[in-house]
Amino acid sequence: MNWRLDREWPAIIALAVLYIFLAIAAPSFYQFTNLRDLALANVSVLLVAAGMTLIIVIGQIDISVGSMFAVISVACGVMVKSGMPLVLAPFAAILLGAALGSINGGLISFVRAPSIVVTLATMIVWREALRWSTGGAWVEGLPANFQWFGLGQAAGQAVIVLLALLIFVAFWWASENLSAFREIYATGSDSEAARLAGIPVKRVLFGVFVLMGALTGLAALLNEVRFSDVPANSGMNLELKAIAAVVVGGAPITGGRGSLLGAFIGVLLLGSIGPALTFLGVNPYWEKAIQGAIILATVLFDAVRMHREKRMAVA
Amino acid sequence: MPNVGSPVILEAKQIRKAFGAVQALKGVSFDLREGEVHALVGENGAGKSTLIKVLTGAIALDAGEIVLRGERISDNTPAKARALGISVIYQQPALFPDLSVAENIAIAAESSKPFRRVDWPARRQHAAELLERIGSKISPDVRAAELSMPEQQMVEIAKAIDANAQILIMDEPTASLGDQDAANLFRLVNELRAKGTAIIYISHRFEELFLLANRVTVLRDGISIQTSGMSEVTNADLIRLMVGRELDTVFPKHQTRLGETAFEVRNVSCSRLGVKNTSLQIRRGEILGLAGLVGSGRTQLAEALFGLTPIDSGEVLVNGQPLTIHSPVDAVKAGIAYVPEDRRKHGVILDLSVAVNSTLASLGKISSSSGLLNSATERQLANDSIAKLGVKAPSSDTLAKNLSGGNQQKVALARWLMTDPKVLILDEPTQGIDVGAKSEIYHLIGRLAESGLAILMISSETPEILGLSDRIAVMSQGEIVGVFSRSEASPQLILEMALGHKRQPGVEQ
Repeated sequence: MNWRLDREWPAIIALAVLYIFLAIAAPSFYQFTNLRDLALANVSVLLVAAGMTLIIVIGQIDISVGSMFAVISVACGVMVKSGMPLVLAPFAAILLGAALGSINGGLISFVRAPSIVVTLATMIVWREALRWSTGGAWVEGLPANFQWFGLGQAAGQAVIVLLALLIFVAFWWASENLSAFREIYATGSDSEAARLAGIPVKRVLFGVFVLMGALTGLAALLNEVRFSDVPANSGMNLELKAIAAVVVGGAPITGGRGSLLGAFIGVLLLGSIGPALTFLGVNPYWEKAIQGAIILATVLFDAVRMHREKRMAVA
Repeated sequence: MPNVGSPVILEAKQIRKAFGAVQALKGVSFDLREGEVHALVGENGAGKSTLIKVLTGAIALDAGEIVLRGERISDNTPAKARALGISVIYQQPALFPDLSVAENIAIAAESSKPFRRVDWPARRQHAAELLERIGSKISPDVRAAELSMPEQQMVEIAKAIDANAQILIMDEPTASLGDQDAANLFRLVNELRAKGTAIIYISHRFEELFLLANRVTVLRDGISIQTSGMSEVTNADLIRLMVGRELDTVFPKHQTRLGETAFEVRNVSCSRLGVKNTSLQIRRGEILGLAGLVGSGRTQLAEALFGLTPIDSGEVLVNGQPLTIHSPVDAVKAGIAYVPEDRRKHGVILDLSVAVNSTLASLGKISSSSGLLNSATERQLANDSIAKLGVKAPSSDTLAKNLSGGNQQKVALARWLMTDPKVLILDEPTQGIDVGAKSEIYHLIGRLAESGLAILMISSETPEILGLSDRIAVMSQGEIVGVFSRSEASPQLILEMALGHKRQPGVEQ
C-alpha cells in the first residue's frame, strides 16, 4: 500500500548513517553476541510497538501497556509456579492481555471516554493493584523448564527473537493486505467519514485496543521466559519506548498515517543508541539525551514538512 | 448604472501570484467604486479566493499593485488591511466555539488592547445591537458552538459590520444560509451600499448577483476576462465567459423509463431529528428531488434513512422488503447508499488515495472471505470507476486531497456505486463545485437513474431540483408539505411551500 516511504525515510536514513558510522568507527558492534543481545533486549518493545502503531494510526493512545505488561508477567509467573501446565502459559498471557485491553477499548469506544484519560487511569490502577497484592515482592523461582521454554539458552534465545520477528512481520503483512486494517486507517483519518462509509468504527476501535492488550501479553511472556524471577516493577516506561519508536518511525500522533515498517525502524534506531555508545566508548548516560534529541528532530522535521505541504495546498 | 460616477476606492492592477509551479493569478485588474456591489465570478480555481487573500493581506502578491484611494498599499498584512477598512466574510464561518456570541464579536475589535478591562454589559449591548441590525434573533450569550451553520454565518456578518468597513468582501456568504437569512443579508447589503460601502460579492448563485450587483468581473484561469454592468449581461453570457465555451445543456434531458417502486418510506418519524410522519415513494430510474430551506429536516431525514440515527416509528422498504436499519452497516447491506453533504469533511477521506476511497464501502468485494485484500481487483475496480465516472486524477494512487471538488465528489459517488446500491441518497451533490464540473455531475446523476437506481436528491439550488428531478418533494419544518411532478412545479411554488406559506391539498397532516 505504501512503498513510497514518504514518512519513514528520515528514520531509515538516520539508521543507515548510524550503522555505517558504527561499521567504520566501532566494527566490534557487529559481533554476534552484541547483535543477539540487542535483539533480545528489544523483543518486548517491538511487539508492543506493533500494537501501538495501530493505536496511533486510529488516532488514540495507550499509556497503560507498561502496567498491563507487569500485571501479566506477575500473573503468569504465579500461575506457572502454582502448577499450570506450561503449554497453557502463552494462551493465559494473551487472553489476560486481551481482557485488560478490552477494558480500555470498552471504555474508549463504547463509553466514549478519551483514551489518554482512560489509559492513564488503568495505568495507575493496574500498577497500584499489583503493588498492593504483591507487596512489591518478586515472583521468584519460576520452574526451570519454563525458562527458555525448556530449550536451553541458545535455542531459547533464537526462538524468542524469531517468534517476535515472525509475529511482527505477520502484522506488517496483515496491515497491508487485510481489509480490517484498511478500516483502521480510514477510521484514524476521519472517523465520521468512515462511519458514513458504513464502517463499524466503534467495533474497529475496540478491536485495536484488544489487539494491543494481546500483543502486550505475548511480549510479557517472551520477556518472562528469559529470567528465573519476575520483578514487580517490570514493564516500567515500556509505553514511552513504544510510543517513541512509533513516532520516530513517522506516524503522526494525530492518526491516519504511519506504518509497521516505520515502527520497526524506530525500535531499531532508538534501541541501538545505548549499545552503540558503549562500543564507541562514550558515556552511556548520553543514551536518553540522544533518544530525546531523535524524537525532537522527528517532530521538528514533521512540522517543517507539514508547513510546506500546507503552503503547496493554498494553490 | 447608479454608481457610475462614484469615485474609485480600490484598484487592483495586474496582480500576479504563484504557489510553487502553479500560477494562481496571472494578471487580475479591476476597480471598485464607493457604494457599489461588485460581483466576482469564476469557476473554482479561477483565482477568486487567492485574489481575496491578496486584498486582505493573508498572502503576499508577487507582482502588480493594490491602490486604495490613490495610494499604493505596500506590504499588506491582515492587520493593515483591517486598519484600512477592508473587512471580509468567508464562506465558512470561523468562530471560537467555546466563546459566546458577544465575545466572538468583541474579540476582533478589541484584540489590539489586551490589558483593557472588559466592559461586559457594554459588550453584550453592542453585540445585541449589531445582531438586531442584521435582523438576527441570536442571543449574544449563547456559546458559538451551539449555533447552527446559518446562525454562525450571521454572527460573522455582524463581526464584519462591526469593523465599520469601507470595503466589505463577501465570499459566498449565502452558501450556508437558508432563504430567510439570505433575504436579511440582501437587505443589509443594500443598506450598506446606500451608505457608500463598497462591496465585493462572490457567489455561484447567479440569481443573487442579478438581484444585488451593479457590476460584475469574470475571472478565468487567474486572469480578469471582462468587467461589465450587471444589467448588460445575461446568465448565459456569464457562464460562457467563465468556462470559455458555450454550455448548451447544463441539465441533461434524461429519458425516464420508470420501473416498479424501489424505495418506500412509510410514516417515518424521528423526534430526535425533528422528522415528522414522512412518507415517500421512489421508483426504479426515478429522481425524487427533495427541496426545502436549510434546517427544514432534509439532511436529518437522509440520516435517519441511512441508519445514522434510529427512527422512532414508521417503515422503510427496499424493493418491497421491510428493513430494520439500526446502523449504516445495515443500510449498506440493504442497498441504500448515502453521499453526504460537506464532501471535504465526510464524503471522502482526504489523506487516503482515490483507490482506497472508492473501495472503502465495498471492502468485501475486493477481499476474500477471510478478509484478505486483493490489490489487483482493487486497482481494477478503482480504475473502472475512474473511467466510468470521468474522475480526473493522475492515477488511482493520487490522494483525495489533491483533487478538485468536482472530482472528489465523483470519488464519493464511485465509492457508493461500487456497493451496487438500489437506492442512492445524494445530499447537496454539487455544493461548492464549479459550473463545468456541476454539469458533469448532473449528467452522471442522470445516467445513474437511467441504469435503474432510485435516487433521492437533496438540494438547495432550485434550478438543480427543477432541472433534474422527475418528481419534487418539498419539506418544511420536518415534514413533507407537497409532492409534484416536474411539469407542475415552479420555483415560486417550491419557495412558498418551503417557507410554510402553503401546503398541498391532500398531503396528510
